[in-house]
Amino acid sequence: MKKSVILKGRALVIRNEKTEPIDDIDTDMIFHNKYLHITDINEMGQYAFDNLDGWKDFAKKAKIGDILVLGANFGSGSSRQQAVDCFSALGVQALIAKSYGAIYKRNAINAGMPILQADVIDEIKFIENKDEIEVNLETGLIKNLTKNKEHKAKGMSNVQIDIYHSGNLFEYAKNLK
Amino acid sequence: MPLGQTVIEKIFSAHSKDEVKPGNIIWLDLDVRSARDFAGANVVFNLKKHYGDQEKFEDKEKTVFTFDCVVPANNLGYAENQQIIRFFAREEGIRVFDSEWGIGSHVLIEEGYSVPGSTVVGTDSHLNIMGSVGSFGQGMGDQDIAFGMKAGKTWFEVPPTMKVIIEGEIKAPCSAKDLTLAVIKKLTSKGALGRAIEFEGKAIDKLSFAGRITLASMVTEMGGIVGFIPPNQEIIDYFKTRSRSKFTPYYADEDAKYVEEVVIDINDLKPLIALPFKPDNVVEVESLEKDKIHVDSAFLGSCTNGRYEDMKIAVEMLKGKQVAEHTVMKIVPATRTVLGDMIKNGDLQTLFDARALVSNPGCAGCASGQIGMTGKGEVQVSTGNRNFKGKQGAGLTYLCSPATATAAALAGKIISPENL
Repeated sequence: MKKSVILKGRALVIRNEKTEPIDDIDTDMIFHNKYLHITDINEMGQYAFDNLDGWKDFAKKAKIGDILVLGANFGSGSSRQQAVDCFSALGVQALIAKSYGAIYKRNAINAGMPILQADVIDEIKFIENKDEIEVNLETGLIKNLTKNKEHKAKGMSNVQIDIYHSGNLFEYAKNLK
Repeated sequence: MPLGQTVIEKIFSAHSKDEVKPGNIIWLDLDVRSARDFAGANVVFNLKKHYGDQEKFEDKEKTVFTFDCVVPANNLGYAENQQIIRFFAREEGIRVFDSEWGIGSHVLIEEGYSVPGSTVVGTDSHLNIMGSVGSFGQGMGDQDIAFGMKAGKTWFEVPPTMKVIIEGEIKAPCSAKDLTLAVIKKLTSKGALGRAIEFEGKAIDKLSFAGRITLASMVTEMGGIVGFIPPNQEIIDYFKTRSRSKFTPYYADEDAKYVEEVVIDINDLKPLIALPFKPDNVVEVESLEKDKIHVDSAFLGSCTNGRYEDMKIAVEMLKGKQVAEHTVMKIVPATRTVLGDMIKNGDLQTLFDARALVSNPGCAGCASGQIGMTGKGEVQVSTGNRNFKGKQGAGLTYLCSPATATAAALAGKIISPENL
């Protein structure tokens, strides 16, 4: 039941109107606190980024298999798990950010969401919306198939890979020993 | 064995098969997995939900519940959560340190669960207090703790380590709390963000067991993951008789790598106090005297200043005296052991004669527990570790040492113990 560690998909690059990376996107911009009562993951996708200027229609733009490319300190703020799960609900395959808020990172890893850390959002020449990209979660190699460019990030740790293959943290523990 | 490791890198290396270096995420074996009455019921819920039909514990002997936030429960929410834990723990055969025991982190030390070199997790955000005895402690959410109980391990990103070097010595009436506030003043609430700290210096070596607890308990307020104080002979001897297993204290290698070194000179240290509502808003107590701030309540206790040594400071100052007329002094020993020592040594009589209120052990003042909350406009001096708005009620909380809190109780106003 092992999943592939090489993921191919369309890039959605979260930049502003001036094509600059949007840093410090907090959990209220990702999944606003007015929706915190929602516990069914299938309901969550429609609200993803609906409080982020320029991306309020994200749920309509996103396609299954998309890979998000993000700025620094992504997911700062509260500990809400929905800020990760809303992307899973839309079929987002992986996140590549310059950096993550500490709690967000913990939540994403626990939920089995593949996350890589890389500065690729800085270069328009390297990546634009809807480019076809391929990421190797183990080696950290990010290939832009549309632009024929490569970037080497740090691969995911054994811990992340273990949890990713299991689905989430709780599933992982079921198969120990 | 890789060369040049810090304390946390050594402890992690002894508890992991993965490569331990800052920034790496590793699987970490856990010696102790605990949950308290706060979030403990959710831990039970998660264990039942995910592992209802299978064994829920990697090792029951290493798993405990501790009740300390609101003991005994004085509202239905806590009462029900505690009972959920009791039912579950009885059924599963898990040890519960119930309402009579006191602050869980201290009980784990006294009962020989947290020992030098060990790894300990729980639902208490001040569990990094274990750094006081050279142990790695970490507070986590209910899902992470439920997983830790089931798996016997957790994952953790190895933090970089910074060194805090203390120059000079602590002179009375200053104590470990004044040193701690001096460090927070220097580092601020972000100075150790995402890092481990190692404390060093003559004043650190000389810190008593209680003083080490005080300093390590407030690393959370410095933004740090954990702050280590190298165990001295006194600490090692303390655990020789009470440890449940063999233990190994770890010390940093001489060529260990640090991201930053901060030197703090305490030669001119005076009694310090943190103004509401931030623990790093620290000034000299003396600078407030001109304002003649009336004190309604003085709280002595908490995981920061709830040891016998802290109680003794108040006992000595209150001997033959009375708390000021319009002031209440609330004294809460951290644990049963501390209370036991107070009974044995006749301290309760002294405190009773001084008209101080003494309650059963627990978190009390910091968790709106058995000694109540502050009302609007109430000025409270507290030996606790947090004075955030609303945390202890609607009043204004100042953080200070046991001596400064007792001086305030005697004078009915904020005053340096030097000028009492």
